[in-house]
Amino acid sequence: MKYIDEYRDGKLAAKIVDEIRKIQTKPWVIMEVCGGQTHSIVKHGIDQLLPEGIELVHGPGCPVCVTPLEMIDKAHAIARRPDVIFCSFGDMLRVPGSDGDLFTIKSQAGDVRIVYSPLDCIKIARANPDKHVVFFAIGFETTAPANAMLVHSAKAQGVRNVSVLVSHVLVPPAIAAILASPENRVQAFLGPGHVCAVMGYSEYEPLSQQFHVPIVITGFEPLDLLHGILMAVRQLESGRAEVENQYSRVLDREGNRPAQALVFSVFEIGDRKWRGIGTIPASGYHLRPEFAAHDAEQIFDVAQIATRESELCISGEILKGNKKPHDCPAFGKECNPQHPLGATMVSAEGACAAYYTYGRHLEQADKLTSIHTAGAA
Amino acid sequence: MCLAIPGKVVEVFEQNTMRMAKVQFGGITREACLEYVPDTQIGEYVLVHVGFAISKVDEDEAKRTYELLEEMDQLTELEAPVVDEIASRRGKS
Repeated sequence: MKYIDEYRDGKLAAKIVDEIRKIQTKPWVIMEVCGGQTHSIVKHGIDQLLPEGIELVHGPGCPVCVTPLEMIDKAHAIARRPDVIFCSFGDMLRVPGSDGDLFTIKSQAGDVRIVYSPLDCIKIARANPDKHVVFFAIGFETTAPANAMLVHSAKAQGVRNVSVLVSHVLVPPAIAAILASPENRVQAFLGPGHVCAVMGYSEYEPLSQQFHVPIVITGFEPLDLLHGILMAVRQLESGRAEVENQYSRVLDREGNRPAQALVFSVFEIGDRKWRGIGTIPASGYHLRPEFAAHDAEQIFDVAQIATRESELCISGEILKGNKKPHDCPAFGKECNPQHPLGATMVSAEGACAAYYTYGRHLEQADKLTSIHTAGAA
Repeated sequence: MCLAIPGKVVEVFEQNTMRMAKVQFGGITREACLEYVPDTQIGEYVLVHVGFAISKVDEDEAKRTYELLEEMDQLTELEAPVVDEIASRRGKS
């Protein structure tokens, strides 16, 4: 496929790895921010191709992962109502709340539907005038234009039986929180290519300057990721700290202006709680008051839900780049994609789930087995 | 979640006052909203996320990045014979 296959060339990938090896003189810790990048890195084994000393740590950019448990419970409470058609992107369906997931609710006769686009909710609402259609509007800046268009269109077209349950988060405040932490290990970032396709990258420049950290806005294919890592290592080795754009075929500094305009006409910035991390000030979107008639939290009186997270789970430390899935004693044992204990295992884009999916939970066991075998021989 | 896939615009039409397109991804064709990239023409490539084109794929830039990586490839290959030459000279002397 055009613009995909070209960026998966194995021979060229090996050359980029060689180039990284040539210029690297000391160990560096680089964080890829976006969960899609984490998934691609683990799927293609990019972290294992890199020269020793270049460590990739996995960031908080998986919106399904960082959606707080109480928000998931709220969604489930609404989805259980007989007067509601609850719509969601597919990856939210298996995320367990305190009592089952959306699939369980569907199997118990709840009307839960997966949609391809948020705009599908308008069609569903028109076809079901006696029901209320609620869309679980989660995501980062990439998804905000689509979700904003749903709210804007519902209001403009007078479709009253549509509302959104908003749990929208933003990347730059999360990067700032990681960098400001005293335990921070991250020395450079691969910035989120698709978030920046919408927002541009100018808002990363003050972060790069303030914390003297290279930020390379990077795509998602294997060559994009390796190229982004090479650009980051070049900056680190030469002592530079700038925002660079690896993904120039898709984005520029300004981003998508029409999309930004609609997003800001529908949403305003406010505090958000991140699962595994806690509340980060000004880190998410909330609906503007003029769209209150389409705000599911205001329409459905869902009381504050008390939840308890697993005490074993270290996902907060993983999301901040301080730890890796293998550092968790529960990884691949008590905690797996069928029974996730926390944020980084609930979605395929979470670091723990990606490691599990591509067999990394077996590696430790393999190593141990080989040590035992060697010892026995 | 932030997965977005490049596809080729094969048809442009209007639906509920919104500019829409049929976009081809390999063998699959799906609809996408073009409101955020309103000047898109048939034959151009757009990056589609949850049914919305969020960006056009710039063919020149795609080529430039790829060529940059390929050139690095060639540079590395150019270096190889030089090193060999020195090695063989050393071997002879």
